[in-house]
Amino acid sequence: MTAYVLQTQGLSKAFGGLRAVSDISLSVAPCEVHAIIGPNGAGKTTLISIICGIVNPGTGRVLVDGQDIIKDYRAARSKIGLVPQELVSEGFETVWATVKFSRGLFGKKPDPAYLERVLRDLSLWDKRDAKIIELSGGMKRRVMIAKALSHEPQILFLDEPTAGVDVELRRDMWNMVRGLRARGVTIILTTHYIEEAEEMADRVGVISQGEIILVEDKQALMHKLGKKQLTLQLQQPLASIPAELAGHPLELADDGHALVFTFDAQREHTGIAELLKDLAQRGIDFKDLQSSQSSLEEIFVSLVSGR
Amino acid sequence: MNFYAIRAIYLFELARTWRTLLQSIATPVISTSLYFVVFGSAIGSSMTEVHGVSYGAFIVPGLIMLALLTESISNASFGIYMPKYSGTIYEVLSAPVSYLEILIGYVGAAATKSIILGLVILVTARLFVDFEILHPLWMLALLVLTAVTFSLFGFIIGVWADGWEKLQVVPALIVTPLTFLGGSFYSISMLPPLWQTVTLFNPVVYLISAFRWSFYGVSDVNVVLSLGMIFGFLLLCILTVGWIFKTGYRLKS
Repeated sequence: MTAYVLQTQGLSKAFGGLRAVSDISLSVAPCEVHAIIGPNGAGKTTLISIICGIVNPGTGRVLVDGQDIIKDYRAARSKIGLVPQELVSEGFETVWATVKFSRGLFGKKPDPAYLERVLRDLSLWDKRDAKIIELSGGMKRRVMIAKALSHEPQILFLDEPTAGVDVELRRDMWNMVRGLRARGVTIILTTHYIEEAEEMADRVGVISQGEIILVEDKQALMHKLGKKQLTLQLQQPLASIPAELAGHPLELADDGHALVFTFDAQREHTGIAELLKDLAQRGIDFKDLQSSQSSLEEIFVSLVSGR
Repeated sequence: MNFYAIRAIYLFELARTWRTLLQSIATPVISTSLYFVVFGSAIGSSMTEVHGVSYGAFIVPGLIMLALLTESISNASFGIYMPKYSGTIYEVLSAPVSYLEILIGYVGAAATKSIILGLVILVTARLFVDFEILHPLWMLALLVLTAVTFSLFGFIIGVWADGWEKLQVVPALIVTPLTFLGGSFYSISMLPPLWQTVTLFNPVVYLISAFRWSFYGVSDVNVVLSLGMIFGFLLLCILTVGWIFKTGYRLKS
């Protein structure tokens, strides 16, 4: 196995005059959960479609475990499983037939025991003889995942996996992703639910207007770009911030009932001690205090809106 | 060669036939039987022999061809159009399969269904009229060749179609009229000289003529010329399919 299980190099694609993805270079390590986040129309699905062979690349190259998706398409594609965004299926087929079909299509010899395990893991075993058209939306989503896993892929692409699913299924899916990673499967998921990326991803790539604007370890990203804030609930409201406190990065909130202090948690001296001392000197009492860190969502919004 | 993939596509497509047995087999058999009742029994009883063959027996090859052509096109076009329409084509496009393997799976299944149907109609026809097949191996070869060729043609229509209407328009407005006017129910020698010449521009004439020759040893057109026309059309279909796969026409963006 190579250092990266997936690499894209200068990948671009235009539809007519519209550049869907532009010069995307991405590297994903084995067993990583890599989230690609971006607003609708940012190019997430196009990127996945190119890698999986559904859309022809314009320029650039994609290597899957070191194998080119064009020249060595058999080897490359056999390692990939895809769960597309749309719930698409042969409605009149049974769950078992469609999953069996998927395994065969990817060149794997029949293995009923493996397929049974996949269906059991996804709580689909009892529905194996049901026609897909008879299943609920959540169950259909599970069938799509079962189809993608039917040929034992090394890399699983989940394109907006929890779009429109209920909370229970979303939690199930997150657990499934963790389980797959534990078994050595690399997961690449696109989402515009930042909460999802925050919950599951090891690394996050932010895509906007067809370009990857940032790829970072999730923790490092939140550490580097996230703001930390200390909120003090005051005993007496303030009409304005006293001039003596102008040296501190403070804002008034909650109609003067709260003081919000923004600081850099990475610095040795955050300024909290000085602030508390200054407040005490000026007789400004507070009844409660709490600190918070900005979410990935806030970071994402600031990154995308800043372009 | 990804044999598992070919097998998967082939069996998946055939499964649809068994699931829709009434539509796939029974309907064409019933409509062909009606042709025998109307043309073979009702009208045929008042007609003389054609090329030394009773009229009822004379129309058997043409009716088999009529069903074979229509069903080959219908099966193959539906087979590839359906995943395009439902969106499940993503799976085939992302699978480690070559275009040839995809083609063998879809066209093979469509041709198989048509051949089964052709043979069922042959047996059904035997219930209505007496006939013997002079060149059974040629008959089978022509049956297979025609089924494969027109399944390829159907595959092309299925890829080209971007709506249900287009899927129906070629079989309904082109293939069926050409088949009816291609000598299914008559010998082209029965036409006035001008129409005999015009009819020779209809490619279906060559198919029916060759197929009838395999039954009774009589044909409207030279058998070698007929075979040449069939292979020419097959080649044209292969080249078109090759172009479709090379460019990704209506399959890949």
